[in-house]
Amino acid sequence: MTERRVEEERRGFSRRAFLQGAGGVAAASSLTEAVHAAQDPASEVQRMRGPEEVELRVNGGTLPATVEPRTTLLDALRHRVDPPLTGTKLVCGEGACGACTVLVDGRPMYACMLLAADVVGREIRTVEGLADGDGLSPVQEAFCEKDGLMCGFCTPGFLMSATGLLERKPDADAEEVRRALSGNFCRCGTQPHIFEAVAEAGRRLREGGR
Amino acid sequence: MAARDNHGTGAPWDDAFRVVGQPLRKVDGLAKATGQALYADDVQLPGMLHAKILRSPHAHARIVSIDASAALALPGVHAVITGADLPIRYGVIPWTPDENALAVDKVRFVGDEVAAVAAVDEDTANAALDAIEVEYEPLHAFLDPREALATPEPQIHADIRGKPVRGNVSKHVELEFGDVEAALAGADLVLEGEYSFHGSTHAPIEPHCAVAQVSADGLLTLWSSTQITHYVHRALAQVLELAPERIRVIQPCLGGAFGGKSDPFALEFCVALLAQRTGRPVKMLWTREEVFYAHRGRHPMQMQYRCGAKSNGRITGVDARILIDGGSYSSFGLVTTYYSGQLLTGPYDFPSYRFDSTRVFTNKPPCGPKRGHGSVQPRFAFEVQFDEVAERLGIDPIEIRRVNFQGDDTQTVNGQRITSNGFLRCLDLVEEASGWKQRRGQLPYGRGLGVAGSMYISGTNYPVYPNDMPQAGIQLKLDRSGVVTVFTGGNDIGQGSNTVVRSIVAEELGVAYDHVRVVAADTDLCPVDLGAYSSRITFMVGNATIDACRKLRHQIVTALAEAWEVDPRRIRLMEGRAFDVEDPDRTVPTREAFQVAEARFDTLGSTGSYNTPQLGGDYRGGTIGASPAYSFTAHVVEVDVDVETGIVRVPAAWCAHDCGRALNPTLVAGQIEGSTYMGLAEALLEEHGVNRFGLHRGPSLLDYRMPTSLDVGDIHAMIVESVDPEGPYGAKEAGEGPLHGSIPALANAIHDAIGVRLRHLPFTPGTVLRALRDQGGKGEGAAVGSTAAATSKREAR
Ligand code: FES
Ligand code: FES
Repeated sequence: MTERRVEEERRGFSRRAFLQGAGGVAAASSLTEAVHAAQDPASEVQRMRGPEEVELRVNGGTLPATVEPRTTLLDALRHRVDPPLTGTKLVCGEGACGACTVLVDGRPMYACMLLAADVVGREIRTVEGLADGDGLSPVQEAFCEKDGLMCGFCTPGFLMSATGLLERKPDADAEEVRRALSGNFCRCGTQPHIFEAVAEAGRRLREGGR
Repeated sequence: MAARDNHGTGAPWDDAFRVVGQPLRKVDGLAKATGQALYADDVQLPGMLHAKILRSPHAHARIVSIDASAALALPGVHAVITGADLPIRYGVIPWTPDENALAVDKVRFVGDEVAAVAAVDEDTANAALDAIEVEYEPLHAFLDPREALATPEPQIHADIRGKPVRGNVSKHVELEFGDVEAALAGADLVLEGEYSFHGSTHAPIEPHCAVAQVSADGLLTLWSSTQITHYVHRALAQVLELAPERIRVIQPCLGGAFGGKSDPFALEFCVALLAQRTGRPVKMLWTREEVFYAHRGRHPMQMQYRCGAKSNGRITGVDARILIDGGSYSSFGLVTTYYSGQLLTGPYDFPSYRFDSTRVFTNKPPCGPKRGHGSVQPRFAFEVQFDEVAERLGIDPIEIRRVNFQGDDTQTVNGQRITSNGFLRCLDLVEEASGWKQRRGQLPYGRGLGVAGSMYISGTNYPVYPNDMPQAGIQLKLDRSGVVTVFTGGNDIGQGSNTVVRSIVAEELGVAYDHVRVVAADTDLCPVDLGAYSSRITFMVGNATIDACRKLRHQIVTALAEAWEVDPRRIRLMEGRAFDVEDPDRTVPTREAFQVAEARFDTLGSTGSYNTPQLGGDYRGGTIGASPAYSFTAHVVEVDVDVETGIVRVPAAWCAHDCGRALNPTLVAGQIEGSTYMGLAEALLEEHGVNRFGLHRGPSLLDYRMPTSLDVGDIHAMIVESVDPEGPYGAKEAGEGPLHGSIPALANAIHDAIGVRLRHLPFTPGTVLRALRDQGGKGEGAAVGSTAAATSKREAR
């Protein structure tokens, strides 16, 4: 870790270089929001000069992480907290696939398009935070039951998008489900089973299950 | 050798299956739904270095020199390797080793690997790549397969395995069965047409990743996102000149493959060598852009077909000429070239058949096996032409497919043995479910229905490298606690093969489903299996699992019968208990049954294996594509074509698939849906191509347009269970067959909707609009962009 940090400082990667790269592919709303946040003069990132230790609020706890201004939330979750939260996946790194979706203050967002420093103080939920002890969340339970997963690599992202939707709107209809999941790719073609799973999870949530 | 034939297709205990046929959950579902499943990039080891690869910016060039000294001098850089460090050539097919982990002397496509760096982190490794100086001397780059075929110089490969390559021809196969010219001459109608299939790629959601570690005693362990652990093991030994017993390859959880992770890849050799050189664990994770360049996707094919038929619809002969664009390396190309012809001879009876397939090298990312390897493209061409035959003869497209049905328990014209065949039932189901009879031809302009049929292999008896050992092996260990651990070399790539193995063990030994643990795809722990390709795992590993279980079952039953002093035929092992069927009160949990058996026979374990019977035609290449059992599929696709924009939507698709016995109907349905989805996606949205410099047209998930949940219509999966005499309990494949027909059924539906035959993929809005424009004035049934010609004997006379 220290070796890595030294290297990063030595090359002095700038926030601007990162944002130029990211700006070129601005498409998803969460991405645009990330870019705006980083350009906001009040943004935490504006103040930072180099690596700093921050505290991230993740899954109801507080996790210290050393991040640079350019460190994405995805990188921080997978590599900079202890223990690493590798449930959130890196697939494209440019806001195109949704595999890295997490909930930020309850809203599904692409973790590869958010700067870690920008979400300090906000409530982050990852796939590791869905289950309550041994009890799966209704969405997880329904994905297992309806076989809403094949290779499973897209699954954490889908679970978070679906959770974000159903917590806001447990009675979401089929069209709303399709729309809410349209920012997530599943290459295995599990969609029919995922739609079923989300419908089932909504039913359970409405019936008062956890 | 333990072939399936001894085991029958029925339930192991009495009449009914207890586990098989149930929609049970995946073994790894919980891990995947909680984020705990460990994929290659989740492997993090202390002191781990990160590696990156330098890639060629030229499509074809000689490497004049490489200077890595500045890169090596950078702080944080631990090692740099180039082609000189890995000079041994390899290839997944042992007859065509034409790849180097890092280019030696020449680069053959933009993206070809040139050097690799291990450094403290990815950023440092990338900085080091920038510091490597490579001098190239560009050569003429072939991007058009026709040009590559016609132009012998410069050669992309001069020789392979010491044998000179003929021009830029990778493989040529010409086979004729029966007298095709005579058959066409005797036909009432002969149709001739040109068809083309574009390139598409797998785009598995997980990017390729590998991690290597060398232990103090020199054991190299590689975690890799491969779908064929065994071939990676062999290739590593060969290229690193390391004894195979010093190598362990582990496939962690895999995030999708679809054929795209079947070859050994540069990253596996590079991390292995870098770990040896640096003494530290090394990881390489490819970027999404690199995954696109690694490719090994669907071969573009240019196809000419002639089909002769009698006026009653019966086919008399089929003649195919196919030009296959192989890209820069052989990969599985030898097999692809055979498959392009060999796998078309069902579900219809071809009295005569000829194909002439040529695969050429071009300076593009190498093609390889993508779901439905080699046979999806010819299937598209043939089924579209066949639809036109039906149209010309005035026969319903489903009916003409019935008329030509080859039957079960038969042999194809090219010598392939057909056992079970549920194709007619598949046709019935899609006809019924889609409302074909009432709706086809009755829908308003712009909407239509189309049908197609297909067949596919359940593994083949060609084991890639010749040997007499089993193609699938299984090992079982019984524990006093009541747990059964299964060791399988099979690669679960998301299709659920570990779940299938677990179900079979639970069924055979009567243990509770969650008392079966599956350890898979670890070369140190598991017996060899040839891996996840050619749709072979359920069939072959399934048979091997039954084989291993029967041996143990015999011991347990014998021991209990002795202890209870009853006839062994009275013993049952079911649902976590052992009991006497004539005195059901006499019962113990399976755990105790295991203990009785262990006391009687010592430590309990067994092995099982599977090899195909001798199959295939008696001619060169006759075993390639010869499968112990074939699956059959029928698709009906409904389209809605917007004639203003050219956008084709698929509101619904019906796919009926004969997979033999469905060991787990939920998993089978998932494969049917996933295959159909993937076929429709590549036909309508996706295109893997390069520009005039050989640069990929859009190596990102923004540009490579995969369907989202808003683009996916309703896919109706229907299962036909023909119960094959040789499959495990009668099962056949389900993972690739259901892709084939989706594409021609779509093309045929578009014809039904707007009266235009589309013969050239992909069906983008531009293609559709152009086709509609060209049709203007020509009226219904106009042919577009092709030289389709028909000669009708009766008319000519
Ligand atoms: S990895 Fe973040 S959207 Fe693809
Ligand atoms: S389950 Fe494999 S990508 Fe969705």
